[in-house]
Amino acid sequence: MSSPQGEPFLRLEGIGKNFGSFTALRDIRLEVPKGEFVCFLGPSGCGKTTLLRIIAGLEAQSAGRIRQGGRDISALPPAERDYGIVFQSYALFPNLSVFDNVAYGLVNRRAARGAIEARVGELLKLVGLPGATAKYPSQLSGGEQQRIALARALATSPGLLLLDEPLSALDAIVRVRLRQEIRSLQQRLGVTTIMVTHDQEEALSMADRIVVMNQGAIDQVGTPMQVYREPATPFVADFVGKVNMLSGTVESAGRIRIGASSFECPTCNGSTGRRVRVYLRPEDIVARPIAEGDPHVLDARIEKIEFLGSYCMVRVNAGGLQGQPLTVYLSLNYLSEMALASGSPMKLRILAERMRVFDA
Amino acid sequence: MSAVLTGALTVRQRVHWSDRAAHLGLALIAATLAAFLAGPLFAILLQAVDDRHGAFVGLDNFFAYFGTPALAESLWNSVWTSLVVTAVVVPAAFAYAYALTRSCMPWKSAFRIVTLTPLLAPSLLAAISFIFWFGNQGVLKGLLQALGIAQIYGWPGIIASQIFSVFPHALMILITALSLADARLYEAAEALGTRRARKFFTITLPGAKYGLASAAMVTFTLVITDFGIPKVIGGNFNVLATDVFKLVIGQQDFPKGAVVALFLLAPALLTFAVDRFVQRKQTSMLTARAVPYSPKPSRGFDIAMTAYCVVVTLLILAVFGMAIFASFVKFWPYDLSFSLRHYVYGIVDGGVDVAFLNSLALAAWTALAGTAIVFVGAYLMEKTRGADWLRPAVQLLALLPMAVPGLVLGLGYIFFFNAPSNPLNFLYHTMAILVLCTVVHFYTTGHLTAVTALKALDAEFESVSASLKVPFWKTFWRVTLPICTPALVDISRYFFINAMTTISAVVFLYSPETKLASVAILNFDEAGEIGAAAAMAVLIAAASLVVCVAYLGIGWLVERRTQAWRASK
Repeated sequence: MSSPQGEPFLRLEGIGKNFGSFTALRDIRLEVPKGEFVCFLGPSGCGKTTLLRIIAGLEAQSAGRIRQGGRDISALPPAERDYGIVFQSYALFPNLSVFDNVAYGLVNRRAARGAIEARVGELLKLVGLPGATAKYPSQLSGGEQQRIALARALATSPGLLLLDEPLSALDAIVRVRLRQEIRSLQQRLGVTTIMVTHDQEEALSMADRIVVMNQGAIDQVGTPMQVYREPATPFVADFVGKVNMLSGTVESAGRIRIGASSFECPTCNGSTGRRVRVYLRPEDIVARPIAEGDPHVLDARIEKIEFLGSYCMVRVNAGGLQGQPLTVYLSLNYLSEMALASGSPMKLRILAERMRVFDA
Repeated sequence: MSAVLTGALTVRQRVHWSDRAAHLGLALIAATLAAFLAGPLFAILLQAVDDRHGAFVGLDNFFAYFGTPALAESLWNSVWTSLVVTAVVVPAAFAYAYALTRSCMPWKSAFRIVTLTPLLAPSLLAAISFIFWFGNQGVLKGLLQALGIAQIYGWPGIIASQIFSVFPHALMILITALSLADARLYEAAEALGTRRARKFFTITLPGAKYGLASAAMVTFTLVITDFGIPKVIGGNFNVLATDVFKLVIGQQDFPKGAVVALFLLAPALLTFAVDRFVQRKQTSMLTARAVPYSPKPSRGFDIAMTAYCVVVTLLILAVFGMAIFASFVKFWPYDLSFSLRHYVYGIVDGGVDVAFLNSLALAAWTALAGTAIVFVGAYLMEKTRGADWLRPAVQLLALLPMAVPGLVLGLGYIFFFNAPSNPLNFLYHTMAILVLCTVVHFYTTGHLTAVTALKALDAEFESVSASLKVPFWKTFWRVTLPICTPALVDISRYFFINAMTTISAVVFLYSPETKLASVAILNFDEAGEIGAAAAMAVLIAAASLVVCVAYLGIGWLVERRTQAWRASK
């Protein structure tokens, strides 16, 4: 697949989709370079699966164009596009053996029997299941079925791999293991991959870039770190990771007032007196080091401690914030070292440079 | 970089050639159903507003109908007998179904088999039996007269026979309704200390209310549209179904026949609408997380239920056993010694050998063609994309046959195919038209069975195939068909048995060359050869039974060959 110089492997140009009067997708624009792993992340109903199905040609877009590998595929039926797909249900053919499932797309290409056998063997080794050829899907575990579905999708060496919530039917431990396996497999093959997920942890740990979607539109496109550290919208800040939301006002350029406290916040600009919402992650409120006289240090009282293992989620009330509660993460060791319990007073430092400020 | 394109640009996906093939198939199914269902029904409508010479007369035929006291009386007769039968059958079948699903009584499968076996025989077998029991030479005629009923011919015979022939239909619906119970509701009631009667009225009955409504509607429709029973045991008691036959075959008064047919169509259409509504409600009631109910032993209740089922079962055996017994006696009621006289007479002298072979041929062709058409149609509807303008029409045509009584369909076929101007006229009086009529008559149940089987398959098989560039028919052949073979066996058995026993539609359509065994029963009865009529009915039931057993064997083989993958681990 030779693509003209400078053109990304996949380009979505103003994709829209209406179901009757309901707008499922609005003016989606996205470019995906070759070999990238992109996650569509969003709550259910945000349109991420619809967008994937439009890329696959399983749904027709109401508006917009799609270019893949240098050709316009907007009007092509699925069979004339170039992709492999893995569904949430895997959709393995239950009455065919693992071998026949993986070879399903190869047989149609009239390849020689020997070549097919070699390719299937290679794929099964690739997904870590050599020797499972004679089994039926129902004889495999969920994770194994998932890998067979992946092998089947990769069998014809497609230019694009589409994964529709591929891990959500698996239990937690298998899911964590498989996401690393899929990621390393993708990097080894260098196949451009789009994965739909509603699990932010999955997206953060696997993707090169995350496309955060909300109500049929893209809110932000960025690396996992960008999406987490610099959320572009309140929705992204709220959806990805845990966050404290505080109300405040702009005191002056670069300064924010929340309750009785004032914070230096370089990312904040805007007219004085404007009401804003400040988003702050729990890990951006720290218990040490605390320097004397630091204006970003607050006196707080512990309201509730939720034990989560090695660390605890602690809800505190900082008097300086006009009673707006804060959630912070404190390590179990720190809590026992300082003999902190519900009702204990403590000092906390706000990493004000990490604040994200949006209009209220 | 970002090439600016207007968002208003609309895109139509090109149709792949394999999708075009699917659309063509769907169009063929639609055309078949249009020609063999919509056309005939439309012909009835046209006929009803024309006079005998084909001139348009509006609603005159309807006014003339109500102006004829004898015909209007038939309407009333049909309605009230059907209501009485419904009022008896639904509670009786409910109690029986309740015993089968909610008690721990013994011999459940025996009870179930005995009560469902009458489905293998033409419905008029019950009428023949009642003639042997209570007819002019019946063994219990005195008992009937002691009850103040002068003779069985007329409404007493119709009501009694209908009760027995419809019972298994109502029973099947109610067993299904009562099997859909969520044990967690009963456990919750138990934990709250609820008494048995209260549980029945607050959980069981509301849970089965849709099934009850459905059973009542189906019973009413089956009775009011049945032709065989009133023909055999109705005497001078006229009902709509026999009127149609007399008007059309006897008097050649097509317009009035069409009017009566429309009266028969009305309750059936209503039933159909209610039933669709009920089905939707019922399936949504039971969530995937429901726990199936299993009854606990309760001595007194189980004994009472067993006693009830024994009584009902004995009555059923008595009714249908009588026809079997009488078919084997020498000269009813004077010489009751064993004889094959009626069989020999029926088969050799009555020419039923040909009719019987015709029936078998009809059943075999119907099973073959019906299964193929129904399954391909259901597959194209469920699993292919595009041609959205065609789909609602096919959907309607696939469900409509359930709402069309056989008598009405057969009448429509006469009007439609007998017209010399119809290019399909050459089909008239052929075996092919009998096959097509029977396929259409029983289309809906086959279609729904196929749809249920197809819906159980992963919806993404076709998407995966398309992404692997495998055309849909390869996936159909390699995956869908093998997985669905048990459903295919069920569908073809259903077609076979019904083609063997049906009378109502084909009675209008057979020719001397394509005479059927089920129709021969009517002819024997008319000729006063009731022994031979019984013998033929028993013969049909026996053939159906043999076929059923054969299907069990086929089903078992198919299961072993194609469903090996189901055995997990």
